Amino acid sequence: MSPDAKLTALSTIVVREVRRFTRIWPQTLLPPAVTMTLYFVIFGNLIGSRIGQMDGHDYMAFIVPGLIMMSVITSSYANVVSSFFSMKFQRSIEELLVSPVPNYIILAGYVAGGMARGLGVGLIVTVLSLGFTNLSLHHPAATVLTVALTSMLFSLGGFINAMLATKFDDISIVPTFVLTPLTYLGGVFYSIQLLPDFWRAVSMANPILYMVNAFRYGILGISDVNVGVSLSMIVLFIVILVVLCLRMLARGRGIRH
Amino acid sequence: MTDALKIENLRKTYDSGFEALKGIDLTVREGDFFALLGPNGAGKSTTLGIVCSLVNKTSGKVSVFGHDIDRDLSGAKMNLGVVPQEMNFNQFEKVIDIVVTQAGYYGIPAKRARVSAEYYLKELGLWDKRNEPARMLSGGMKRRLMIARALVHEPKLLILDEPTAGVDIELRRSMWTFLQEMNRRGTTIILTTHYLEEAEALCRNIAIIDHGSILQNTSTRDLLKQLSVETFLLDLSEPVSEAPELPDFDTRLVNEGQLEIDVRQGQNLNAAFSQLDAKGLRVVSMRTKANRLEELFLRMVQENSRKGDKA
Ligand SMILES: Nc1ncnc2c1ncn2[C@@H]1O[C@H](COP(=O)(O)OP(=O)(O)OP(=O)(O)O)[C@@H](O)[C@H]1O
Ligand SMILES: [Mg+2]
Repeated sequence: MSPDAKLTALSTIVVREVRRFTRIWPQTLLPPAVTMTLYFVIFGNLIGSRIGQMDGHDYMAFIVPGLIMMSVITSSYANVVSSFFSMKFQRSIEELLVSPVPNYIILAGYVAGGMARGLGVGLIVTVLSLGFTNLSLHHPAATVLTVALTSMLFSLGGFINAMLATKFDDISIVPTFVLTPLTYLGGVFYSIQLLPDFWRAVSMANPILYMVNAFRYGILGISDVNVGVSLSMIVLFIVILVVLCLRMLARGRGIRH
Repeated sequence: MTDALKIENLRKTYDSGFEALKGIDLTVREGDFFALLGPNGAGKSTTLGIVCSLVNKTSGKVSVFGHDIDRDLSGAKMNLGVVPQEMNFNQFEKVIDIVVTQAGYYGIPAKRARVSAEYYLKELGLWDKRNEPARMLSGGMKRRLMIARALVHEPKLLILDEPTAGVDIELRRSMWTFLQEMNRRGTTIILTTHYLEEAEALCRNIAIIDHGSILQNTSTRDLLKQLSVETFLLDLSEPVSEAPELPDFDTRLVNEGQLEIDVRQGQNLNAAFSQLDAKGLRVVSMRTKANRLEELFLRMVQENSRKGDKA
């Protein structure tokens, strides 16, 4: 395929992905808006006002970056895992397999689709949060870079999950038993400075902690961890997952007999 | 002339250990209308699946218009359009989106893709349904949607795996006309079917596959010549109680008004009629017992499985 043709193929996949999640917006865009508004009202306003300050900021202002990241992570992952798995399930993945689209374009298309939803939801949640607190951008470049890379990473994660999944149960195991706990324990609701030494050390092994903190640094200018380390770590994970995804695609794992 | 499809010593053993293809060779010339026939489980879909890279081969060589699928897969795919045996589109997507998206996968920009999609959806009588989600189509419409999707990038080789299964007679005829027209305009077509009259009506060349091996690969005409005996059903004007003994023909009574008669190669029907006439029997109407190809096919496949039993 010529470079032009590859670009057309890529944009075809992205357009199709965006069309899919906007068509089913009550399942994809509405739920995070509702859930996050509830978090803002309950944790931020009602409970937060009693907590006072966290790391020198209002509790509300402290949790908003974490909650935005939480919805970005969940939505990016969910988009790719459910879209790609249902393609496998309905066998419409064969439309791509018989076509000359190279594997890396397929991967790029799905990841871009996942990022479109993840970042779209992130934007919706950000706008909603403005009704509860004033966000100032302390470091715009760090903010955008962190959220984009994180969204990319979890889109890739969703892709791997979908490649390995053989039944619908398999696509909810990771979000429920891995992503949700890691996010809740990833410093969304508290600063790990509050934790006893042992649990603080354990928390440092949680990759999501680094993403939440890097993003919070971009907005509030505070972080429990080194931002440069965080970003390099995300990039490293991305590289590893890209290699894994391409190898699985090349072998046709779970999609070719 | 290049070969549209060339398959050499193709083998496939599935992960289950089942050997579905035992080294087949097949050549389809450019411009041909070719039928791949065989009973259920013979290996037809497996063969076609390997050609369009939905199934990984175990060994052997496949090339499409000279593009070897191991060395130039994307070149091979560009020339190929596939209508699979099972439905494989997203049920929730709109008909037009399915076809336009497929064109995009071949690198055709949206504007040109829409023109091509419109043309084929109209040709296949689906234009009125373009904005419906695919799940709202009837079974026959879904098949036609898959044909439109396979053609939208104008491939030189069109592969159809049982395109007329579950399609009503009128529609089947119109699909035949459509495919013949496509072939006349230069598209090479390979199809599988269980309706042998379809293969006889459409295809110039036929291969018969069974248990993963090719039994026959020849022109439809030569294949039919091998049919040494043809059986006709005769409706008689008066009922008879037993089959008449004719000098040159074997006959059997089906029921008192109907007779079966075997006509061997080299014999002619006029002789049969005059011998019947001599017995005072009048024939009102006549038809062949089975489709000619069907008879030949059944005989070959039965012979093959007898051989298989002995082996
Ligand atoms: N994924 C698979 N794993 C194991 N065996 C398979 C698989 N797919 C097909 N087979 C076996 O391979 C053989 C050939 O199957 P194939 O689908 O090619 O037959 P076919 O000629 O297309 O039959 P039909 O006319 O029923 O469509 C069958 O015995 C089938 O059971
Ligand atoms: Mg089949």
